[in-house]
Amino acid sequence: MDGYLLEYLPILVFLGIAVGLALVIVLASFLVAPQRPDAEKLSAYECGFEPFGDARQRFDVRFYLVAILFIIFDLEVAFLFPWAVALGDIGLFGFWSMVVFLAVLTVGFIYEWQKGALEWE
Amino acid sequence: MGELFTSTIWPLTVLVFQILAIVVPLLLAVAYLTYAERKVIAAMQLRQGPMVVGPYGLLQPLADGLKLFVKETVIPTGANKVVFVLAPMVTFILALIGWAVIPFGDGIVLADINVGVLYLFAVSSLGVYGIIMAGWASNSRYAFLGALRSSAQMVSYEIAIGLIIISVLISAGSLNLSAIVRAQAEQGWYVFWHFPMFMIFLVSILAETNRHPFDLPEDESSLVTGYNVEYSSMTFALFFLGEYANMILMSAIASVLFLGGWLPPFDVWPFTWIPGPLWLILKICLVLFVFIWARATLPRYRYDQLMRLGWKVLLPLSLAWVVLTAGVVLAFDLAPSAAG
Repeated sequence: MDGYLLEYLPILVFLGIAVGLALVIVLASFLVAPQRPDAEKLSAYECGFEPFGDARQRFDVRFYLVAILFIIFDLEVAFLFPWAVALGDIGLFGFWSMVVFLAVLTVGFIYEWQKGALEWE
Repeated sequence: MGELFTSTIWPLTVLVFQILAIVVPLLLAVAYLTYAERKVIAAMQLRQGPMVVGPYGLLQPLADGLKLFVKETVIPTGANKVVFVLAPMVTFILALIGWAVIPFGDGIVLADINVGVLYLFAVSSLGVYGIIMAGWASNSRYAFLGALRSSAQMVSYEIAIGLIIISVLISAGSLNLSAIVRAQAEQGWYVFWHFPMFMIFLVSILAETNRHPFDLPEDESSLVTGYNVEYSSMTFALFFLGEYANMILMSAIASVLFLGGWLPPFDVWPFTWIPGPLWLILKICLVLFVFIWARATLPRYRYDQLMRLGWKVLLPLSLAWVVLTAGVVLAFDLAPSAAG
């Protein structure tokens, strides 16, 4: 293994320990505590009465909109990361290239704002 | 055999102990953060807070933990059982592994990777999965709605957080967290240069961790407790631990990015005498106090107000600040030289 990947070894071991800890905590409690399930206890909580059907139903389309917008802007942020670090090297040309990109993105942002994609009345 | 021991087993043992040296104090800190929260809010409301278990109620968090531990683990019949049990574990694990890259002092860091900021950003983005898995797998309306609200809120504020981080990166010229702190030793803390961004960052981490005044996913009066309503015993405790560990992690990120990490406020004797990790802990406590303070004083936002603040105020502001920072850095030739 080369040194570059070796830097990530502690993270891998940390992940292993965290997974182990989570499993131990849940399993130990499951084994130690008395388990006496019954039908009422195991039904979904709905303010005291029998639940109407289940939760697999339609929900507001706005949540999809937010998710799509998030993908666009999160990719933009991921695109900005290397640019921000290298700004000293790429200078004015790099700066203006990114400004053009951000301007295009801003036009799209204004459009979705005007279209009401960001409204939650 | 001896060679295997010195080359593999011994370094791994050391590594495991180093990791435990982070995890154990972290879990203790989570326990006492809940205590501190109750005590501080009590003080702000002229009450005493927990006083019964142990002197000044100091053993209260341990009693709470024990109580949760010996409760029954309820897994609802309608639930998708595997995902249901996995969800709190995902939340808990992600809240822990972020700590691998936090520098506690100059050179005191578990994994000094050169893309530390990106790693933290990725880990905190993954946090949404624990919540959406819990809400979907519970197969309960409250849990489902809570999870939807929570994930929409978290992804919205994550963009603002990302853009704020970009401003810091432009100033520091590196993705390595230790390098960012060292850059602040030369340039001054970024809380001075990027003060508006620091304020927005504080607001965003409140929303990102689903805390007051943005705790809509846990809005008791309309959603009971949101995505974790079906959870009990230790599966609930893992959510709780994960959420509070996330608060501490976010405070640590704020301290490292803006408040100079392990650096003392002034580079003179009585301040330099206090070791770096202690400064970091003090700064983390300061940010955590803001979390609790906000909870004690601010009323809850409405959901439309919350989304408007994230998308129409914080996003344009932080994007404008990125361009401004880049422009100023280039115009005055302040750009840090090529990061190695």
